Amino acid sequence: MKIKLKIWRQPNARAEGGFVTYPLEGVSTEMSFLEMLDYLNTTLIDRGEAPVAFEHDCREGICGCCSLYINGRPHGPAGETTTCELRMTKFEDGATITIEPWRSKVFPVLRDLIVDRSSFEQILQAGGFVSANTGTAPEANSIPVAKHHADEAFDAAVCVGCGACVAACPNGSAMLFVAAKVSQLALLPQGRPEARRRVREMIAKMDDLGFGACGNIGACEAECPKGIKLTHIARLNREFLKTGI
Amino acid sequence: MNKLDAKIPAGPLADKWSNHKNDVGLVNPANRTKLDIILVGTGLAGAAAAASLGELGYNVKVFCFQDTPRRAHSVAAQGGINAAKNYKNDGDSVYRLFHDVIKGGDYRAREANVHRAAEVSNQTIDQLVAAGVPFARDYSGYLDNRSFGGVQVSRTFYAKGQTGQQCLLGAYSGLIRQVARGKVTMYSRRDMLDLVVVDGRARGIIARNLVTGEIERHSAHAVVLATGGYGTIYYLSTLALGSNASAAWAAHRKGALFANPSFVQIHPTSLPQLNDYQAKLTLMSESLRNDGRIWVPKAKGDRRSANTIPEDERDYYLERRYPAFGNLVPRDVASRAAKERCDAGYGVGDTGLSVYLDFGGAIEKQGKAAIAAKYGNLFEMYEKLTGINPYEEPMRIYPAGHYTMGGLWVDYNLMTTIPGLFAIGEANFSDHGANRLGAGSLMQCAGDGYFILPVTIGDYLADKIREPRMPVDRPEFAAAEKEVRDGLAQLIAVDGSQTVTSFHKRLGRILWDDCGMVRNESGITRALESITALEEEFRRDVKVPGDTAELNQELEKAVKVRDFFALGRLMCHDALARKESCGAHFREESQTPEGEAQRIDSEYSYVAAWEYRGERAPHTLHKEPLKFENVEIKERSYK
Repeated sequence: MKIKLKIWRQPNARAEGGFVTYPLEGVSTEMSFLEMLDYLNTTLIDRGEAPVAFEHDCREGICGCCSLYINGRPHGPAGETTTCELRMTKFEDGATITIEPWRSKVFPVLRDLIVDRSSFEQILQAGGFVSANTGTAPEANSIPVAKHHADEAFDAAVCVGCGACVAACPNGSAMLFVAAKVSQLALLPQGRPEARRRVREMIAKMDDLGFGACGNIGACEAECPKGIKLTHIARLNREFLKTGI
Repeated sequence: MNKLDAKIPAGPLADKWSNHKNDVGLVNPANRTKLDIILVGTGLAGAAAAASLGELGYNVKVFCFQDTPRRAHSVAAQGGINAAKNYKNDGDSVYRLFHDVIKGGDYRAREANVHRAAEVSNQTIDQLVAAGVPFARDYSGYLDNRSFGGVQVSRTFYAKGQTGQQCLLGAYSGLIRQVARGKVTMYSRRDMLDLVVVDGRARGIIARNLVTGEIERHSAHAVVLATGGYGTIYYLSTLALGSNASAAWAAHRKGALFANPSFVQIHPTSLPQLNDYQAKLTLMSESLRNDGRIWVPKAKGDRRSANTIPEDERDYYLERRYPAFGNLVPRDVASRAAKERCDAGYGVGDTGLSVYLDFGGAIEKQGKAAIAAKYGNLFEMYEKLTGINPYEEPMRIYPAGHYTMGGLWVDYNLMTTIPGLFAIGEANFSDHGANRLGAGSLMQCAGDGYFILPVTIGDYLADKIREPRMPVDRPEFAAAEKEVRDGLAQLIAVDGSQTVTSFHKRLGRILWDDCGMVRNESGITRALESITALEEEFRRDVKVPGDTAELNQELEKAVKVRDFFALGRLMCHDALARKESCGAHFREESQTPEGEAQRIDSEYSYVAAWEYRGERAPHTLHKEPLKFENVEIKERSYK
């Protein structure tokens, strides 16, 4: 197939960026979306141009490296799919595909399509853990955990931290990301002792960093490649109210 | 000097680790704050170690090439993590776990290390659960287990098909807690490009900031590599594309011996290659073999669709050849059996290079919901990537390069042959012999990081408490930095006409064909010549665009491929020197009349540890003899 790519190019964090259009022939429907970008890069290198920088690693939807706004949607047109799992069968021959980095001022562009998501690290450092030093743990089966709690905690814990929720949100809120971690640990008895401090400090850090507030729009849930539900935000809100602030 | 003193503690096997812990030197808490440790790699092993060392009070500097440790490739381990809890009351024990790993590794692993890994496995599960890892539970609220290839008990803890992700995030949460406390300093988006050795001891690294291209010097009292495996050397593998051997190779060039480099596990259940653009092969968890049955048509070249082939025209070849273990034979056995059927013309799919993994029977017996509960995400992933619904049609699978049992040689303390340089997790060679059992990797990584390294590194550091922090303006740092800069500049300066990836693909093909699932002398010899010629071409004609002082992904790749040429040759030399078959290393010259791997214990019961002697000089082979005092060495039969 033959496509036209409109890609955000920006040589580094300080430089001005802009869209550059690349017609691309010889694309196969058997390619994944990132294999199509690999192919574009081969043609760019062959022509002596700078390849497009984009982040990727596992290429199976689990590491959370890949990002990309594709035709106005985080991770492209397929539901519950990371960009690396997206196939070219989702696009028509002759299509124009617009590719941008995540849209969020809290994720500044480092080069082309690569953004700096270290603000997520800061949020997790504020409380996204159980303070269980190595060696202190009791026998694993000494604390039973109801299956439905463990399963629901797991459903939250599958967050890959890609940032699609922030990029999708008109307010640039990180609520779904924060909620996934708060909810996972709030559901497990291991996380209860620190539940109050955790939610307070993670929310405070999120606000400090300049992420927006949640407006219950639900774009995050709609675009989350891992299907993380808004109910986790509801649980976060309940946990937050319990802190008495 | 004997380069290979494994320093195995005296005493009965089951008491060695306890005795050793009682004997090792300790560093008191006040002194730990004066000691710096560099830790490279933040997968499960690295993250667990960083958290534990930070908690102890050491100053830890952690390096990873991604933007966050959460992305390390441990995240992709699917099926589970083993421990000898015996929660199923099926006769499991530390000894049985130890025995299974030794046998699964085809008697090419060190007894003492393996027993210790089995001993700490239970505490590892306790630790991960305490960290908030949501392992699967049954309705009682207690932890669930499943079984895995090569064993007859159920000892595998799991979190659907995302066990690695959940374990890594658990260990990572401990790491970031120490970052918040200021005990761990995180250097992300850094590649380690050289090791700095001062007075014979590892004292620092040279790293490249992948955003700015700056070359940095970092010093410490000890350096730990937790840099994973090198299965990406085959180009197409189940690994993340960024996985590489460059840090380990830098250490090797500085004097760390590299052990059993040719022991590479080819995973039996990966998605087959579909086309030439493909950048990786996606793994389908081995846990699928619990309920899925593997087969090919009985008739050669049968092109009917799977569901139309009647039951009596299907060859369930694993069940036929290995009735005792059936579809749950170890990975190396399953991989070779698939290759045997495909090479003989019974493979399915357009290329004839795949076999069926069929859930039809299991769905009929247990119901779709039960299968979905166990493997739901794997089935979804399969459908996303292939467009085929595995609830209705069998999956198609083929073996793919996966895990490297080989790695840096370490002694019982997980220290390499360079004093002060440790290697943990997949980066070392120590626990899996010639073949790793499923769910053994997470077990080893977590055990090394949480419970073993923190003890053994303390022993090393116990007499270093008076040593001041090392300044990085010493000549050893300057020399290492210059070498790194020159190497990078050289790659750019070639300015040839072929991309880095095109070389990587060709190198991968050579190794896959002649140093992959099946090896023989003429093939390996041919591979050696081809690699040398290809490397020559790379040096003459590679095209690395851009500059060293910027974010340059092509340059990052070029460094990895440059080092893969040298490692690929070493893999071939290792495979050539070991004229027996064992585990994943199958030499055609050494097989039983039934086509099974034939070990030659009288000649090859050793660890092959290779010493680097210079870019053009041949490596020197050192042998660490393996003594088996606690298991009876047998033919590894799964029949």
